[in-house]
Amino acid sequence: MVQKLDTLIETPSQTAGPYVHIGCMPTYAGNAGAYDQEIGESPIADGAKGEIIEITGEVIDGTGWALRDAMLESWQADAAGKFPGSDGADPAVNGFCRFAADAETGKFTLRTVKPGAVPARGGVMQAPHISIWIVARGINVGLQSRIYFEDEDNSADPLLNRIEQKNRVETLIAKKTGEGQYAFNVVLQGENETVFLDI
Amino acid sequence: MSDTDHGPLIPRNRDAHPPAYDIDYKTSVPRSPRWSLLSMESTPSEETGPRFGHSLLGEWDNNLIMNWTRGKSPAVGERILVHGRVLDENGRPVPDTLVEIWQANAGGRYRHKKDTYFAPLDPNFGGCGRTITDENGYYEFLTIRPGAYPWPNRANDWRPMHIHFSIFGHSFGQRLISQMYFEGDPLINHCPIAATIKDRSQLDTLVAPLDFSKSRPLDFLAYKFDIVLRGRRQTMFENKLEGM
Repeated sequence: MVQKLDTLIETPSQTAGPYVHIGCMPTYAGNAGAYDQEIGESPIADGAKGEIIEITGEVIDGTGWALRDAMLESWQADAAGKFPGSDGADPAVNGFCRFAADAETGKFTLRTVKPGAVPARGGVMQAPHISIWIVARGINVGLQSRIYFEDEDNSADPLLNRIEQKNRVETLIAKKTGEGQYAFNVVLQGENETVFLDI
Repeated sequence: MSDTDHGPLIPRNRDAHPPAYDIDYKTSVPRSPRWSLLSMESTPSEETGPRFGHSLLGEWDNNLIMNWTRGKSPAVGERILVHGRVLDENGRPVPDTLVEIWQANAGGRYRHKKDTYFAPLDPNFGGCGRTITDENGYYEFLTIRPGAYPWPNRANDWRPMHIHFSIFGHSFGQRLISQMYFEGDPLINHCPIAATIKDRSQLDTLVAPLDFSKSRPLDFLAYKFDIVLRGRRQTMFENKLEGM
């Protein structure tokens, strides 16, 4: 017999289910006032430095149908590429947002500041991006992905460069549709399936 | 930042988690990616994450028996304490992290505009709670035991009694949502969602035992539920990021 490892195993994930909003977004669930203050209502406060942008889209299943019960979270750096809590970070950027697909239309909107480039290990810089995490009924483990921007230089980004099928890189890049406006869909399955991450 | 916040995140052991696609959990069929996940070492984007302070919490936030009425009138049902610790894979406590829960009432009905099950709402029960772990990673909630309920999956599927948990940890890459089940519930062995976890010993870690050590006589029973989040690799030479 070999020695026993003393590491623990991560608690297994389960789906967030159809009623995730009760616990995470009570107002959306119809339970306004459950908490004095809900978290993640906006990733920025007034006065955030940088370009204010709006990203709109849908979470689409393998049949082409937009989910009406998905919940998303995002995490990002400020306009200078500093994460909230680090030295010199913009105090008006908390970086975290929680948002849901509309119960009628399935559309979501993320209003935030466009992030700056952030480092990876070894001095390599990552192109500006927003990390996202998607949960819903039918999703057994929350799906991690990223939103990049088509009007940024993404050519040296270490993550995008790891994608062997270059035609799939496009699934992580938000399309500019107007001044400060971007479109980004999350495709769970099928044609143009979004690249999901294990990092 | 705690002293465990160094180094890359330990890669997720996907064998311990459910696969995305499970034909018996029907909604997973169109909502599961067909292509493989792209794996790489974590970066600051995953190694940092939102932090929430105690000032966020209201007086009743971790007491679901009383929080919907702000202390005026208690919910109906079996009164229980749910408590435990949040640890990382290295066995270290995860202090000061937000834990959120939500659940059905004693009859299996959720207070959500989309839930149409004919079990009635309890006017004194909302069904959500949250707290922040203490310096030892400890948390506790007072609540009522949720009822089982039917759901439209296979023709006669019923969810076991369960409480949904959402945990942040200290980095966005640790983000986890799961469900706690109750010791001895016979429905666990018939539930397609529980059965998405293929390793029975892993499913067992979601089943909270009855815990008389924390029960309060003539008041409430207790269940213990510990949670393990991803840990971070610690090395002597790798704990500083270039350029950070």
